[in-house]
Amino acid sequence: MSASEFAERAHVALADAQLRGNLRTATGTIRARRAEAVGELADWEQLREAGRAIKERALRHLDVHLEQLEQTVTAAGGAVHWARDAEEANAIVVRLVEATGAREVVKVKSMATEEIALNAALERAGIVAVETDLAELIVQLAGEHPSHLLVPAIHKNKTEIRDLFRRHLPGCEQLGDDPAELAEAARRFLRERFLRARVGISGANFAVAETGTLCVVESEGNGRMCTTLPETLITVMGIEKVLPRFADLEVMLQLLPRSATGERMNPYTSLWTGVTRTHPPDGPQQLHLVLLDAGRTDVLADAVGRQALHCIRCSACLNVCPVFERTGGHAYGAAYQGPIGAILVPQLSGMREGASLPWASSLCGACYEVCPVKIDIPRVLVHLRGRLVRERADAAAAERAGMRGLARVLASPRAYRLAQALARPGLARLAGRRRAPWWARPAAGWLAERDLAPPPERTFRKWWRGRGSR
Amino acid sequence: MSAREAILARVRAATADVPAGEPPAWERERDAGPDSAYACERHEPAAERTARFAARVREHGARVVEIPDEPGAVAAAVGAACAALGIATALVPADFPAAWTPPGLRRVADEPPLEPAALALAEGVLTGAALGIADTGTIAFDGGAAQGRRALTLVPDVHVCVVRERQLVGSVPEGLEQLAAAARAGRPITLVSGPSATSDIAFERVVGVHGPRTLHVVLATSKTTAAAGAP
Repeated sequence: MSASEFAERAHVALADAQLRGNLRTATGTIRARRAEAVGELADWEQLREAGRAIKERALRHLDVHLEQLEQTVTAAGGAVHWARDAEEANAIVVRLVEATGAREVVKVKSMATEEIALNAALERAGIVAVETDLAELIVQLAGEHPSHLLVPAIHKNKTEIRDLFRRHLPGCEQLGDDPAELAEAARRFLRERFLRARVGISGANFAVAETGTLCVVESEGNGRMCTTLPETLITVMGIEKVLPRFADLEVMLQLLPRSATGERMNPYTSLWTGVTRTHPPDGPQQLHLVLLDAGRTDVLADAVGRQALHCIRCSACLNVCPVFERTGGHAYGAAYQGPIGAILVPQLSGMREGASLPWASSLCGACYEVCPVKIDIPRVLVHLRGRLVRERADAAAAERAGMRGLARVLASPRAYRLAQALARPGLARLAGRRRAPWWARPAAGWLAERDLAPPPERTFRKWWRGRGSR
Repeated sequence: MSAREAILARVRAATADVPAGEPPAWERERDAGPDSAYACERHEPAAERTARFAARVREHGARVVEIPDEPGAVAAAVGAACAALGIATALVPADFPAAWTPPGLRRVADEPPLEPAALALAEGVLTGAALGIADTGTIAFDGGAAQGRRALTLVPDVHVCVVRERQLVGSVPEGLEQLAAAARAGRPITLVSGPSATSDIAFERVVGVHGPRTLHVVLATSKTTAAAGAP
């Protein structure tokens, strides 16, 4: 990804009036709901601080908790697999599905499997992956990528969704555009698939090391279907999702729904601990947990950047971000969008992808204020800008040289006076111009967007010296 | 080196800055200063807790009927709900109290375990619950008495659920503290806050997607509370 890729894609998105309208309505609605749900709790700030402290401590001792999780999940009858990268994780899942003989799997919305492009890997192996979250299904039918962590089809309005369902869902040629009617069509289409599914694939919002309990938080019931009805359940989870203790859920399950959808509690939360040994058996009898690194240990190694791993994927930071509200999620070109995407994507890829994303921010700080686990996103953005400029020879080379020169000039009063004397005539000639002359070419982009004021007649230094003779 | 060893080695290298002896997990009792000492218990009269639970379950889009906690009253309320919802035959867990079952209702047992397709044909399901959380209007199921396995309360389109006042707690921490035993015993836990819903299409909330589209709660309260709570 080039350093300007975000800006290029953002320009395309900004030209789409329909998209901007959809986004403004959606983010405005959800911001108001969140504010109301959060305002209701007198101890919200204490919960945020507890959430931050729980995640911070868990990550600082991640090895201990991962080993304990492996032990408790195994003791409860599950199988644990480890994957260094996306390719390894996909290979494990494909092998596990192939071992069951199933050619179709039902999937719960999962950011981890989106990140590793599991659906494409399954397709290459001849396995059909059916996304069962309504918005994920919409995105899948459209052949697109999600544009929002929590509301993947936020960029689509109901007419667009109706047209998509008419084309792709059997018996829906006469479908209207009422959301209830559209949801009913999806229910009929998916119910058939839930009832015949032999393999379910999920992510996990949380995994409790102490008990081996996995947790999926959702609204529609598709998560319950996928984690309850099939014989085999495969869960793919980033290693940073582990919580040390069952009691930690009492904080997370208060922070997440209120931050995400602005509800006191989401309709359904499923918690399962290995294979049940009840009679009759309850739920899948073959359970697999795939623990995914895929760059997370690199993020962990950066003492400032590691707080990005606190993220519980609520998407509150997207909904308050003035940049996201205008460009939408596709401009970020990654599985994680918005402010959290801007700090997570470059770090997860070892700074190879999303190098322009840390600049996709005005550093206004709204994201930090709403983050339920207090990730200081502006601080990490600035930190990553510094890392990228230092580590990448091709990124912002001119800016780096300029800043170094400026540092020298500002360090010496004589150099400053000289530079000021030299610059004043040039600045006077650029004032009010939109097109840069040849000698000011590096500032062309800046001049195209902003009016340069003419320099004042006297410099501050001149005025200061002349003050006594008044 | 196996993937497991490689990942654990990378984690240890990445956290080499963490001082030895630091406790590996944050604990409220030990680590919560004034900044993070969130509320755990709600101190309030039972009637207030019950009223809050009922109001919040209703706000989620479920129906709630409050009746005195007597077998006859429960059976009558369940019978009225089934009649109103057009349910003549219901799935009922084997250990659901017979005294709570209305005389006219035909019970279908999950013995031997029904296939998903058979569950989908059921008109409705009748269960108890593990507990209720007033703050969030949440009903919890943990595979315990009168609840059946998870698929029972998931696949049928109508769920009639009996919750007793003494099963109610005020806050999420109080609820999870009680549910921890089920997790430790390897039993699955489901938290239900209203019927299934989605806002995925143009942010308009639609009630009823894949889970039961109708959730009807029969809330059995003690006589004193029922009297105090009456308008």
